[in-house]
Amino acid sequence: MNGIRNHLIFPALIIGGIGFVAIARSTLDEYILSIINFVGIYVILAVSLNITNGFAGLFSLGHPGFMAIGGYVTAILTFPVARKSMFLELPQWLANLQLPFIPALIIGGICAGLTALLLGLPVLRLRGHYLAVATMGFLIIVQVLIINWESVTRGPLGLNGLSALTNLWWVYLWMVVTVYVSWKIKFSSYGRSMLAVREDETAAQCLGVNIFKTRVAALVIGAYFAGIAGGLWAHLVTAITPMSFSLILAFNIVVMVVVGGTGSITGSFTAAIIFSVLTEIFRPLEESFNVYGIGEILMALILILILIYRPQGLFGSREPGVFHARHTR
Amino acid sequence: MNIEYIAQQIVNGLILGSMYAMVAIGFSMIYGIIRLINFAHGDVVMIGAFLTLGLLQAVGAPLPLVALVVLAAGAVIGILIEKAAFRPMRGAPQVTGFIASLAISIMLQNLGILFLTAQPRNFAFPDYLQKVIHIGGVSFRMVDLVIMLSALSLMCALMLLVKKTRMGMAMRATAENIDVARLMGININRTIMATFAVGSALAGIAGLMWGGKFGQIDPLLGFIPGLKSFVAAVIGGVGSIPGAIIGSYVLGLSEVLFVGLLPPIYSAYRDAFVFATLILILLILPNGILGEKMEERA
Repeated sequence: MNGIRNHLIFPALIIGGIGFVAIARSTLDEYILSIINFVGIYVILAVSLNITNGFAGLFSLGHPGFMAIGGYVTAILTFPVARKSMFLELPQWLANLQLPFIPALIIGGICAGLTALLLGLPVLRLRGHYLAVATMGFLIIVQVLIINWESVTRGPLGLNGLSALTNLWWVYLWMVVTVYVSWKIKFSSYGRSMLAVREDETAAQCLGVNIFKTRVAALVIGAYFAGIAGGLWAHLVTAITPMSFSLILAFNIVVMVVVGGTGSITGSFTAAIIFSVLTEIFRPLEESFNVYGIGEILMALILILILIYRPQGLFGSREPGVFHARHTR
Repeated sequence: MNIEYIAQQIVNGLILGSMYAMVAIGFSMIYGIIRLINFAHGDVVMIGAFLTLGLLQAVGAPLPLVALVVLAAGAVIGILIEKAAFRPMRGAPQVTGFIASLAISIMLQNLGILFLTAQPRNFAFPDYLQKVIHIGGVSFRMVDLVIMLSALSLMCALMLLVKKTRMGMAMRATAENIDVARLMGININRTIMATFAVGSALAGIAGLMWGGKFGQIDPLLGFIPGLKSFVAAVIGGVGSIPGAIIGSYVLGLSEVLFVGLLPPIYSAYRDAFVFATLILILLILPNGILGEKMEERA
């Protein structure tokens, strides 16, 4: 009986989500809808960073860099051909190319994943906070390159006037895909190797886990979804500038993963929702009381308190028992 | 491109390197003693810069006195940061401390924005420091000379402190092995606090220099010196004070020469160059120039 109930919980959640999206789109106004979209994108970002950071323990601050790559690639691919030639100097084949949203998103994600592969091959030899610093360096390099590659990215101006292709259905679809893939990874032998590498490299190696391959895979998969999130983001705001993908954003995503509990999908999911909703609540407050920065201060304070008093985060690296059908914890 | 131009670039690089060194020393000392990459260190620079501005322009205090106050204030801020955030987390994984320091950095920056607004402010040293000196085709301002000389004397003072005093000996012992140092009766908490105090005092004075050199400050200014001095510390070998100094001059010189000797289109890539160097050094020479072997890095 219990087993059947547990089997039904995922389809039930997915159908519930579809119902929510349908109702939200017909009843809520544009502003609230855009906030829900942002929350969804943050969920994708946190859950995907959790694959890299939580499962394999690779402390990456480069997530916004992958997002930027995905975002720019998607934006350039979907840009209407007529306007593309006005703004950008692209090679002929690219200038005459306009793809529908989904293929463009997937190509954006793949580009982000390939970059992660190229970055990971040398950099994943580093451990701990040295890896964190190297990925942060990567993020800054990506920013500088985007700012200076004006013929393709329009530099600091960024690309604006993108078509508003992102809607709640797409965000929801990608959120479900991200969570599903991440769940499947966690409870597969692949995910188990990642967790083993995180816990004890030597022991994992003794058990025949290819450490390097596992680490590269964790980085590349996380980057792929970051790229997708970047594309969704760009077509939600309908603009993309190099400044949107800053270290602050990296920090915010890391906070979500750490507060939720590194390794816990449910944790990243929940923390992403809590934090992005809180940020949206603070934004009007900051504007009306003229207290800019208070949201970041509180985020940072919460993080420090969590690190001191509950370093394992809200969920540790587990998933709550209701979601377990066949898996053991 | 003549010899004078190159000499001028080298002088500029040395000035920049002196400022990086003031920050990098603290960075390296703190890393050496508790294996913490302290990102909030750069924001102590910002606090030092604003304090200098306030004391110079609102109170009208003379510069040497301001420098002393900034040194003391930097030390106090360092102690506060250590006590409030890093002490409760001691013993946690290294990455925990790193995230916490990022959080503190973001907190300090936003407190700065909240109370001082994000508007950049002009910063002016007294006129006698603004005088331009020419020596055989190379020119620099008085303030640059003061920066270099005071950086050098502070470095010497620090070396004496670390090599000759009991506290310095305690610092070196704790950096070597914290548990054994504790067994030898060294007060670990006090030693770590002293390290933060000394490092942050130097970072505070770097803020004074930064403002005097560039003439404009804002609450986010600590980010760049923080990052750059970290790179400098890694180049020299994190944990080693002479390493941090050498690394700072290497970074300062190579940055200035990169911008000065290559065609101007490349100068916008300056930061990309710095961080690419960082990644390369981490990969090729993970222990830096003077660092001791550390197995956890690669």
